[in-house]
Amino acid sequence: MSVVTNTTTIGAIDAPSRRNTELALVAFAVLISVFAYANVGLAINGELPAGMLGYGLGLALLGGVAHIAVRRFAPYADPLLLPLATLLNGLGLAIIWRLDQSERFQQTPNFVAAASKQLLFSAAGVALLVVVLLALKDHRILQRYTYISMLVALFLLVLPMFFPAVNGAKIWIKIPGVGTIQPGEFAKIIIAVFFAGYLMVKRDALALASRRFMGLYLPRGRDLGPILMVWAFSILILVFETDLGSSLLFFGMFIVMLYVATERTSWIVFGLLMSGAGAVGVAMFEPHVQQRVTAWLDPFAGWGKLAASEQMAKSLMAFGSGGTLGTGLGQGNSDLIGFAANSDFILATVGEELGLAGMMGVLLVYGLVVERGVRTALAARDPFGKLLAIGLSGSFAIQVFVVAGGVMGLIPLTGMTMPFLAAGGSSVIANWALIGILIRISDTARRPAPAPAPSPDAEMTQVVRP
Amino acid sequence: MNKPLRRIAIFCGVLVLALLVRTNYIQYVRADELNSNEHNRRVQIERYAHERGNIIVDGEPVTGSVETKDSDFKYKRVWKNGPMWAPVTGYSSQAFDSSQLENLEDGILTGSSDQLFFDRTLSMFTGEKKTGGNIVTTLDGAAQKAAFKGLGDKKGAVAALDPQTGAILALASTPSYDPSVFAGNSFKDSDARQKLLNDKDKPMLNRALRETYPPGSTFKVVTASAALENGLYTDIDAKTDSPLPWRLPQSTNLLQNEGSIPCKDASLREALRYSCNTVFGKMSHDLGNEKMIEQADKFGFNKEVFTPVRADASIYPKDNQPQNAMAGIGQASNRATPLQMAMVASAIANDGKLMQPYMVAQRQAPNLDVIYTHEKEQLSQPLSAENAQKVQQMMETVVKTGTGTNAQIDGVTVGGKTGTAQHGLNNSEKPYAWFISYAKTDSGSPVAVAVVVEDGNANRDDISGGGLAAPIAKSVMQAVLDGKK
Repeated sequence: MSVVTNTTTIGAIDAPSRRNTELALVAFAVLISVFAYANVGLAINGELPAGMLGYGLGLALLGGVAHIAVRRFAPYADPLLLPLATLLNGLGLAIIWRLDQSERFQQTPNFVAAASKQLLFSAAGVALLVVVLLALKDHRILQRYTYISMLVALFLLVLPMFFPAVNGAKIWIKIPGVGTIQPGEFAKIIIAVFFAGYLMVKRDALALASRRFMGLYLPRGRDLGPILMVWAFSILILVFETDLGSSLLFFGMFIVMLYVATERTSWIVFGLLMSGAGAVGVAMFEPHVQQRVTAWLDPFAGWGKLAASEQMAKSLMAFGSGGTLGTGLGQGNSDLIGFAANSDFILATVGEELGLAGMMGVLLVYGLVVERGVRTALAARDPFGKLLAIGLSGSFAIQVFVVAGGVMGLIPLTGMTMPFLAAGGSSVIANWALIGILIRISDTARRPAPAPAPSPDAEMTQVVRP
Repeated sequence: MNKPLRRIAIFCGVLVLALLVRTNYIQYVRADELNSNEHNRRVQIERYAHERGNIIVDGEPVTGSVETKDSDFKYKRVWKNGPMWAPVTGYSSQAFDSSQLENLEDGILTGSSDQLFFDRTLSMFTGEKKTGGNIVTTLDGAAQKAAFKGLGDKKGAVAALDPQTGAILALASTPSYDPSVFAGNSFKDSDARQKLLNDKDKPMLNRALRETYPPGSTFKVVTASAALENGLYTDIDAKTDSPLPWRLPQSTNLLQNEGSIPCKDASLREALRYSCNTVFGKMSHDLGNEKMIEQADKFGFNKEVFTPVRADASIYPKDNQPQNAMAGIGQASNRATPLQMAMVASAIANDGKLMQPYMVAQRQAPNLDVIYTHEKEQLSQPLSAENAQKVQQMMETVVKTGTGTNAQIDGVTVGGKTGTAQHGLNNSEKPYAWFISYAKTDSGSPVAVAVVVEDGNANRDDISGGGLAAPIAKSVMQAVLDGKK
């Protein structure tokens, strides 16, 4: 069957795969990160850092391996997702390394350099991305694991309750010899799989079987069940693990996916009402949450009285001191924030040392990742893929907003990490996996449709001859 | 499902937009406010990130900066001979702010003053290392040393002026302190400062500018000036109308003299030579409170003096008749700083013109460009040249053959006045020894000094202005005169 005889509207001419564009962008991302290292070294020690070559090569290797995996196993994938993730990861590594050089940190008794560990975690993350691309030939396979995903996600979420709180939040589990894991980061992906699978099956029931009341479509009681369950779960996480960020993230992600699945605005109204009720209710008797809110309302008022306020105020001052162009990498004092400067508050270093310009750049890179994710969702041809892609990119967007908004004092601080940028193994590994799944979905979505079966009609069309 | 997807895309866009707006808001709109927040340690870090400019005496810095390792403040202030210069420089501490010149000229010393704007802009382009500017003082190293050594371990203060310009030549205060001991921000620094604060001898008090003492008999030159200016007496060698004993007005108390000295109807010259309380007490009473206040004000009393370091206001009080008579001989509520009495001596030495005292001769940019030079400025004219010369003659007699012989310098005309000020309830505490003087050469007077010694250790009867304070004044004048040769 030759291509020429095809008369359907979908052309079988190969869509450009854009793999070479991706390669060039990855190289560019690595280059920028290496420049960042050089900048930090020159600013702090007046010489090119000794580890620059190691980090540069390491990062180049990671980007290269990921690129080859994409080229080999997902040739039609979106060409921007990988370079953007590489750029954020590389920039994060440079900034973490910069914070490692801080004398203030080095003088604290239990100081551990985080950059080399972070490179190792990044390698694990990229390895997981390769595994995802290799093992997950088609994202629709994940549909089969809808309910298993639910169980795994619940397990992961409940687990930290049995471990001691770290800095007021129970979001870590400690495994002797391995270190600490933040199961919430992984649960984020697994829960998206569950929601996508569940909603794909139930979307018609949820969308259509409802009564109209005051312009809103009220869902039936039995359809309301899962929503109430998720809501209750978010609240439970908030109460027992005092983890404001995760509960916001899960609930937000669920609302987004529910809305996309049902196309009913009323779900958003319900979602907002319920999250509002939940947040107010919990804030009434949870001192941890109250502290965060107080610190958010007026960070300087709590100076010297409330550690959270002081940290918030220090974060704001770091942003303020950066000004328009920043102090330059390695030349700021964002380490004054102290604890969590290289994880939750890493954006403050960006703000101080790269300035407003750098902040806008980084935020736009995050925006681009989200945009590529949403575009993938739009392009996906199956509802499961659409839901999964919007769930993952929506949760990514919410996480970026919640963390960045938190450290900038736009919303109360929640204690999550900036994806890719912040130091933290669980976070970087999980986010690479998230990018892996998005790449897989986008590959499927952008793959040219298989040549249609020869149409029987074609044979019957007669050519009119003179 | 694409319609809600597009809406979610818009929602995500709004989230990112909110972050972009927020980052603009805090990094652009609120940047200045955040940068000047009192809690922002960066201000301090930046402040100590560069070498501080120096305070310069005789072309040599008396201050310095050393690099420190123990905190994020890179440079720490040090002083050369801190205890001697502390009353001039004040302190500058990483933890406890700064005082006096270090505080007032902080903008120049740190290099952040607006006056250095062009200099800063220039060095931004040339990439020069940022440092602070210098403050060139008027002080005379030798005079300061003579004053500080002369005071030794006695409690007291010295202020010396150039009568013709008002330049402060010496400003010593003992016991003193070394500002270097708490220039850092460690616990050691804090302990050292606390020790100084708890010291009952108040070493951090600048006695030359910030302590007022009863001026005692040294104030009689002011009373004499008032008498001459108001025409009460015109001839310093004519007899005055001064009965002995003289009873204080509205009182049964008799004003006493120290020992049996010839004070009855003594001339002004003789009265000052012997330091007659009766003559000057009555003179003050004859002139009245208002005229006395007027004359004291012309010498600078009842007003703070800014050198630019603030000196406390000396007080000639509004008072009733007996108290006014006592104030006229430097007792009662009459209070003067050593600087004030040096101003009195300098105005007389400068033929009646009182110059504004100052200690900052120049401000220099970090590249040593002079950005400010002090212009001498007359503060007032307390007495006419003619009358000033009369008082000079009287004061010179005091040194030649009176109570101030200890201040004589070979080949130089010296005028002075001793004082032994009583203080405490009913004169219960040990008195203060005062001496004010000036030296005169052919080209006018180069130096006027005021010395006060509040010596708790000396034997009560040994305390006298002529014995304790005059030798110190002499050595300060000598140092200035030697420097002029």
